[in-house]
Amino acid sequence: MTPETNTMTPTITGDTILKVEHLSMKFGGLMAINDFSFEARRGDITALIGPNGAGKTTVFNCITGFYKPTMGMITLRQGDGREHLLERLKDFEITKSAKVARTFQNIRLFSGLTVLENLLVAQHNVLMKASGYTILGLLGLPTYKKAVGASIEKAKYWLDKADLTDRADDPAGDLPYGAQRRLEIVRAMCTGPELLCLDEPAAGLNPRESAALNTLLHSIRSEGVSILLIEHDMSVVMEISDHVVVLEYGQKISDGTPDHVKNDPKVIAAYLGVEDDEVDEVIAVELEGGDR
Amino acid sequence: MEYFIQQLINGLTLGSIYGLVAIGYTMVYGIIGMINFAHGDIFMLGGFAALIVFLILTSFFAGIPVALLLLVMLIVGMLMTGLWNWTIERVAYRPLRGSFRLAPLITAIGMSITLSNFIQVTQGPRNKPIPQLVTDVYHIGAITISLKQLIIVAVTSALLFAFWYIVNKTPLGRAQRATEQDRKMAALLGVDVDRTISVTFVMGAALAAVAGSMYLMYYGVSNFNDGFIPGVKAFTAAVLGGIGSLPGAVLGGLMIGLIESLWSAYFTIAYKDVATFVILAFVLIFKPTGILGRPEVEKV
Amino acid sequence: MAAPSENTSSGLMVKAVREGIFAGVIALGMFILYVGIETYQDIDNRLVWRTRWGLLAIFVAVAAIGRFLMVGVIKPHLDRRKLAKAKSGILEISEEKSFFHRHFLKIALIALLLYPMASVWLFGTQGSLKYVDNFGIQILIYVMLAWGLNIVVGLAGLLDLGYVAFYAVGAYSYALLSAHLGLSFWVLLPLAGILAALWGVILGFPVLRLRGDYLAIVTLAFGEIIRLVLINWTDVTRGTFGISGIKKASVFGIWSFDVGSPNYFPKAFGLATSSAYYKIFLFYVILALCLLTAYVTIRLRRMPIGRAWEALREDEIACRSLGINTVTTKLTAFATGAMFGGFAGSFFATRQGFVSPESFVFLESAVILAIVVLGGMGSLTGIAIAAVVMVGGTELLREMAFLKLVFGPDFTPELYRMLLFGLAMVIVMLFKPRGFVGTREPTAFLKERKVVSGSFTKEGHG
Repeated sequence: MTPETNTMTPTITGDTILKVEHLSMKFGGLMAINDFSFEARRGDITALIGPNGAGKTTVFNCITGFYKPTMGMITLRQGDGREHLLERLKDFEITKSAKVARTFQNIRLFSGLTVLENLLVAQHNVLMKASGYTILGLLGLPTYKKAVGASIEKAKYWLDKADLTDRADDPAGDLPYGAQRRLEIVRAMCTGPELLCLDEPAAGLNPRESAALNTLLHSIRSEGVSILLIEHDMSVVMEISDHVVVLEYGQKISDGTPDHVKNDPKVIAAYLGVEDDEVDEVIAVELEGGDR
Repeated sequence: MEYFIQQLINGLTLGSIYGLVAIGYTMVYGIIGMINFAHGDIFMLGGFAALIVFLILTSFFAGIPVALLLLVMLIVGMLMTGLWNWTIERVAYRPLRGSFRLAPLITAIGMSITLSNFIQVTQGPRNKPIPQLVTDVYHIGAITISLKQLIIVAVTSALLFAFWYIVNKTPLGRAQRATEQDRKMAALLGVDVDRTISVTFVMGAALAAVAGSMYLMYYGVSNFNDGFIPGVKAFTAAVLGGIGSLPGAVLGGLMIGLIESLWSAYFTIAYKDVATFVILAFVLIFKPTGILGRPEVEKV
Repeated sequence: MAAPSENTSSGLMVKAVREGIFAGVIALGMFILYVGIETYQDIDNRLVWRTRWGLLAIFVAVAAIGRFLMVGVIKPHLDRRKLAKAKSGILEISEEKSFFHRHFLKIALIALLLYPMASVWLFGTQGSLKYVDNFGIQILIYVMLAWGLNIVVGLAGLLDLGYVAFYAVGAYSYALLSAHLGLSFWVLLPLAGILAALWGVILGFPVLRLRGDYLAIVTLAFGEIIRLVLINWTDVTRGTFGISGIKKASVFGIWSFDVGSPNYFPKAFGLATSSAYYKIFLFYVILALCLLTAYVTIRLRRMPIGRAWEALREDEIACRSLGINTVTTKLTAFATGAMFGGFAGSFFATRQGFVSPESFVFLESAVILAIVVLGGMGSLTGIAIAAVVMVGGTELLREMAFLKLVFGPDFTPELYRMLLFGLAMVIVMLFKPRGFVGTREPTAFLKERKVVSGSFTKEGHG
């Protein structure tokens, strides 16, 4: 554990779980993220939206440690008040100690392992400790056996939530697309996160699968887990999120409740692809509309 | 100083040979992403073809000019290995393309074992010596340069130029580069991918045959086992230079040649191969894609 | 030329003949120099040549006829069968497994336990030597090595081309430590394993962040470095001469197999003096070591570390996103695999009584890797079958003295051993790219243990 974790004076107040400050990420000469700041509140579903290539996934990769940001500070505050500077942690430590879990835009399951095994791998760190780093587990100590029982119960719980109990013993690669998405999400949940980052969870789902996903996300939120999600589809975002941050060309253009963002002329311009000087016109139209 | 330059010349000669073999590795790796373990043995086959042609020609035409002799050796060797590599790709690699990644690697190792043992069985396990083909030596001060060395460097440079031209300036080369970038897309755009890959194997084999003939001329001896060590070193050269990169393969080959001759000259000859491998390990640890390789971006 | 109706038999025959001729021409081109011409040294030690047209004709004929049969007879036959199967609409999945199939492991274990006794009974004490040593012990050593490498390649998906290095570390650890410190086999066996594991960590640490083929080439390089050091560090290793007179293993220090010793094993049991008893003892030792390897592998697969290895093979990035420290996970796989290589190495040293760098060439690594892949990565049963087929099969060639009667007295079947081994590697891969057993057993289940088809499992990138 890094010394910053405990000794640092709290920089985040109240119910903020994640605070991103002045984040910048440069690839070669390209500024993918430019001085980007936002906060996510505990228990909320925060959505990060923006047109293609706005840098949403890059922000995600910075938060979850897959990229090291060029500049900026990412602070995570756990429920017990401990704080972590995510940009200083390695990717696996972010999940292991800072309790941030993530999914991927192009689903990354262990396709040759069964659904149940996928969920057990996600409980690696807990089980590792319980097995005394393998050595005690080889001897078959009861504490390890108990931990294994608990891990299977946890897996069963999430299988039920994701409506995958019937497929538990099938290889993950054999599941239909929507089920693979849900499995990836509950697999992330099995790491016991406080913040769950979802990279376009609704992409490519049919309406029925979308509905199943929404149910799953709501039940995750009701467990008290905060969600940060990237989404492309505005309608999905507006429906489920509490707070929306809009990103364009690596910069924040809007931040607020879904209603606020929906009516933000800059957002409309970004999504409709209007020239800068036309934005004023759009605003004018909006104002007129507001008068009525 | 003279001693150093002398070693430099020896190293460059050896490095040219490694570079030629390394190109075969790097091209095949670039285009289908597999380590063609049998390539070292293709090099050995090339050497044997040259050896047999030499024996036949000198027994029929005793006074044949050396230049003509060398030319025929090279051409027959290139045809021979081209045919072999073409067949090997057809029979052992193509059916496994797109399958399990380790499967072609295992068939390649199997082919390597098969080829060297095939030569052992058909031509015998003993060293095959031939008389010196080219004996002229030039002295510049205290430095000695043999005509052999000049021929090797000249032939290598000429071939490299021809090769660079093919890859960069001809439709065939364009097809190769396209296939390397994205096989499916190339096929959709009308590139005959199978043929392009076959041609790549034939070209790589032809260069290996030249290297094999040069090796025979330089050392005057062939053995069925000669594929392995030069093969591994050439592969090392390809990785060192950045696998997939043609200039990298040549650069890597020259570096390996230099490391070997300089190490032998200034330290102990016993550990020259250890030195090569240790340097390889260090380069890969600190710059995993080799000297001229494109950096690999991890896609999340 | 051939009519568009290639499915008619005459059209097929024309095609087959054409392909056959083509194959013959290609074969002629390929073999004309290497088979048609023989180079040899005459009495003056000068290299000369003679022709072998007869042999060349055989090669060409085999290629042409083989291709003709393949295109004209075998392939249509296979296609017809496939078509018939598709038409009948019955998927061939037999739920009923035969008695033999269900109890395969038990039967195999009992057969192995009885094997030395059976060969003594069948061939006499002295006659059993060949069967126990050349076949039994030899195959079991490869089984153990392949099972050890399986942890690295099959489970964790890390391509290791230098596994033989750990085998060498184990063998030399035993040879040197028993000579200098006089420790016994049973003390040095675990020590050799630990030393090999240590080397696994030392070599693994810097290279494990490399991926795929880069890792393969660096492990190959390390394998060669260790071998070259063994050759050149003559003060310690005696170079290419090797170390001989390595102490034999004893029956846990109670009975010895040194003929002069007072508690010489056959004497203690009133048996005639024979080296066969030592070999039988060694057979059981290596069998026990193999079983240990299998047991540990099976147990580890069901533990978090084993699951993490398999997850690593499937998707490394996903592993990292789940909080798994991939570096230590890879290192443990490397070290565990190396440890079993070390055990096998020290056993090899005590069995041979002699070690030299000759035994630890790249070819050995390739053979072990081939056994793992041919068997089916991750499958212990498949790997054991592959070891029996590949090692036993080539070992069998030594026994084929009757071939001398067919091919003349100059014919030495051993010469063809590695040639056939190489060809077999190619052919097995072509027909079974995922190895003999391509399926995967899940390590945990809720309702039923369903076998995972090979088409889902990945082979790793590192």
